[in-house]
Order: sequence, then structure tokens, then C-alpha cells
Amino acid sequence: MMSDIRRTVDAVWRIEGGRIVATLAKMVLDVGLAEDLAQEAVADALVQWPESGVPRNAGAWLTAVAKRKAIDGWRRRERLDERYHAIAHELDEQIVEDWQPIDDDLLRLVFAACHPVLGREAQVAMTLRVVGGLTSEEIARMFLVPLATMQQRIVRAKKTLSAARVPFEVPEPDEWAARLGGVLGVVYLIFTEGYAATSGERWIRTELADEALRIGRVLAGLVPREPEVHGLVALMEFQASRFAARVATDGSPILLADQDRRRWDRAQIGRGKAALARADTLGRGRGNYALQAAIAQCHAIAPSIDDTDWERIVLLYEALGRIAPSPVVELNRAVAVSMATGPASALPIVDRLAEAGALRGSHLLPSVRGELLARLGRTDEARSELTTAAGLAANRRQREVLLAKAAAL
Amino acid sequence: MKYMLIMRATAEAVEASKTMDFEKIITAMGEYNEALMKAGVLLAGEGLADEAGFVVDFDAETPIVSDGPYGETHELFNGFWIIQTSSKEEALEWATRCPLGPGSKLEVRRVTEASDFAEFADNEYIQKEAGWRKELGTE
Repeated sequence: MMSDIRRTVDAVWRIEGGRIVATLAKMVLDVGLAEDLAQEAVADALVQWPESGVPRNAGAWLTAVAKRKAIDGWRRRERLDERYHAIAHELDEQIVEDWQPIDDDLLRLVFAACHPVLGREAQVAMTLRVVGGLTSEEIARMFLVPLATMQQRIVRAKKTLSAARVPFEVPEPDEWAARLGGVLGVVYLIFTEGYAATSGERWIRTELADEALRIGRVLAGLVPREPEVHGLVALMEFQASRFAARVATDGSPILLADQDRRRWDRAQIGRGKAALARADTLGRGRGNYALQAAIAQCHAIAPSIDDTDWERIVLLYEALGRIAPSPVVELNRAVAVSMATGPASALPIVDRLAEAGALRGSHLLPSVRGELLARLGRTDEARSELTTAAGLAANRRQREVLLAKAAAL
Repeated sequence: MKYMLIMRATAEAVEASKTMDFEKIITAMGEYNEALMKAGVLLAGEGLADEAGFVVDFDAETPIVSDGPYGETHELFNGFWIIQTSSKEEALEWATRCPLGPGSKLEVRRVTEASDFAEFADNEYIQKEAGWRKELGTE
């Protein structure tokens, strides 16, 4: 059965794909070529396995076949200079069962897939493809783009990496932090695409978020001494723990305050706490992701909105604002302040943002300002702000909620 | 999707394992667990103690408690993993890699999700949500 073999091969690729490509890339020093070779080996498997059965160590089989293709390619192109001669000889000697993937190679592959020479879309596609082991079909489906578009995006990304001669190595110490930040950014982008996507079916979003979490856990295993990796995993675990409670049966979002907390995934919250604790144990302070995770943890462990440790959340937003200042963080801080000490102390924060012209064009600022004014009893101003916010909201349902609030004042 | 790998072994296999090099068993299992973790798929897993438990039987109106495992079972349930995979085939692939020997079995079962209960519209939670939507005017 052809389709059964396809599914089996996909499953093997899913588990071993990244490590196979990493092993090959180490050998040919070109991620694009390595991925092509691995795909050729997969094509061979689809033809041979229905006859021969699935080999006991399928990953080793694929790696060996791909290596042989690399050697054949060199021979054909008569590029068998001294160096390749030596590699070819060595590879011919190697026994299939010998294959032991090396974690460092997988890490090199991660950095190549997220290399700054690629645009964000290409980084995302390459990360899902070579690190996550997804097929082009799966990635295309998740991002709601035609298969041909996704295939082309991946082919171009591979060509770009080859043309730029992106080295197969981890970044130098002076680049390490920025490049690791780039990798984490790609993973979180995949997650938020799944978490907050506006189009598509619900399952697609969950699938993407699951993928990001999986890759995040792989990364945490590869660079366990990096607190921000654990911080990111913790943040994604906490946010994903609310998935089931976050969407109503008709697909509309349910706000944090209105979620049935009994439906939060306690096991997932437990994993988030463990990941954040790992970040803290490293003793290098909390970065951007760890601070966001700490805020998410305050919500995750609170029995209700009112019984949430808002004072602590205010402090965490202050810390976040110091290392990653942004109007959104400041606005969130204002909301936390209003919950901790009341709307009167929060309003000046929002007013300062408004005076600075921050978040212009977004419904966020006027909707928060409207809420605060309403709680202060300044009804006319509140109604006007909420109506303004409704006019700026991109999402129909959000607009309706804001108008209803304005009307109820 | 999530799958539970349920480890079962015959009483003979459990007995036989006592004469085996336990260090080796621990190492093989440790390597397997590490592979699951490195692949980012392991969510949970526990082993069950090799001592007599008890069984609560709900046949009668009042539950009856008795010693030991189920009377008619020939295999002992001695541990589990929960893994998150993208397909049934991937779960199968992981299951076949588990370092178990003769007399042992892995039963692989999908863990249910909220969507499995979508038809239970009269469920308490779903009704509660409907109530909120009324209150919020987002219905």
C-alpha cells in the first residue's frame, strides 16, 4: 500500500529528519544540498520499502542512502579532488548501523535555518521543514498557502543559503546572543501564528502552536544552559494550557476574565512551571520570555481574576518594560495597575501613552482608556473612547463587544 | 494529538526481569526516555511499583475492594508514557523503538481531546460558556 508507506516514511522523517539533514550538512557543508540529498533518499525509500520492508533503523538507512548519493554526485561531476576522495573513501567504509546523530550538528542546522540571510517567512518554513520534520504539504496547509507556493519558498530558501555560503556552524560568542534571539523569535512567531491567527480552522492553529512547542522543547535540550530557551518554552506552555478554554464552540474568543479555569490544562501548567523554574535555576536573571512566562504563570495559578496577584504582575511588567520597553507592555502594565490599586492610578499611564501618540490606529489604547474611565464614573468620556475603539477594531466580534459596552454605560 | 503508550508484561516476564542486569535495563530505558525528550514529544511518563496494589470493583452497588491486580488478567500494567505526535504512525514508530523484550507489550491509545466531546452540547462547561456569551452580548 503506497499511502501506508508514505505515512510511515513521513513518521520516520518527523522523528529523524532534522538529524539526518544535520548529519549530511556536516558532511557536504551546505544545508540546501543536504536537504536535497535527504529528499532523494526519502524518494528511494518510497520505492524500496514496500518491497524490502521498513529497515530496523530507518534513519540510518536514509542517511546512508543520502551519503551514497552525495558521493555518486561528486564522482559524476568529476570533482573528486583529494579532500572529497578522502571523505568518499571514509564513507564507503562506514557501516549503516554506525549512525549516531550528534546534537551539535542539529544545533548548527537550527542556526542555519534561522540565518539572518533569510527573510522571516523563509526562516519559518525552513525551521518547520528541517528542524520540525514537517512535509511541505503540512507546512502549506498550516499557513493556508498553496503547496506550490510553499515548495517554492523552501527551494528559494535552500538556494539562498547555498549562494550565501552560510557556514554550517554555531555563531561566534559575540554573535551568539543575537542569533539565539533570532531563533527563539522564529519559534515564538510560529507559536503566535497558531495562537492568534485570525483566519482558518481552529485545529490548524492548535497544530502550529503544538509544532512550536515541540521545536522549543528540542531547543531546550540542545542549549540547556540558556535561560531564555526555558523561558520561551514556559511561556508557550502557559499560553497553550488555556487553549481549550479560550475558544467558544462557535470559534469566537473568550477573554481571560471569562474563561472557565477548570478547563485549563493543569499538566501543561505544571510543565510551564517546571520550565520557568529551570530558567530561574540558571541564575542569570529573567529575560524577555522568562518575564512574560512569569506573568502568564501568575494567571495560570490564580483561582480567578480577582484572586490574581496583580501587585506581582505590575512588578513583572515594570521589569519587562525596562529590558524590552514598548507601548503594549506599558498598556498592559496600566491594566495590571488598575487591577492592583484601582483605575485612578492607572489612567495617568494611559494618558501619557496617548499624549506620546503611541499605538495610534489601534483599538487597544482607547478600549483600555474607555474601561478605566467607565470604572471612574466618567461615563460620557468612556462612551466616546469605547466608540472610537470600536471604529478601530479590525475584528468584527471585537467591535461588537466594544459597542455593546459603550451602549451599556 | 496525544498517545498513551501503556506498558504491560506477563508475570513470567516480570519474574524473569529480576534475574536480568537491572543496570542495563535502566540504561536502555533511560536512553529511550532521553530520545523522546530530545525529540520534544514526551509529555509525561511514570513506572508503577512492583508491589501488590488493590482493585476497586464496581460490579456491585457498593464498590468492592480486593488485593492485587484484576483477577483475570495475565499481564501486569507496569508503566506508561504520554507523547504528543502529529500522527498515529509517528506514535507507532516511537512505540516500536521502546526497548522491551519477550513477554512485554505496549498498548498504544489515543488520549481524548475536547473535540472528541463536541457533540455533548448539554455539557456543563459548554452551557456555562453559552451563558457568558449571552451576558457579554457576543452570542
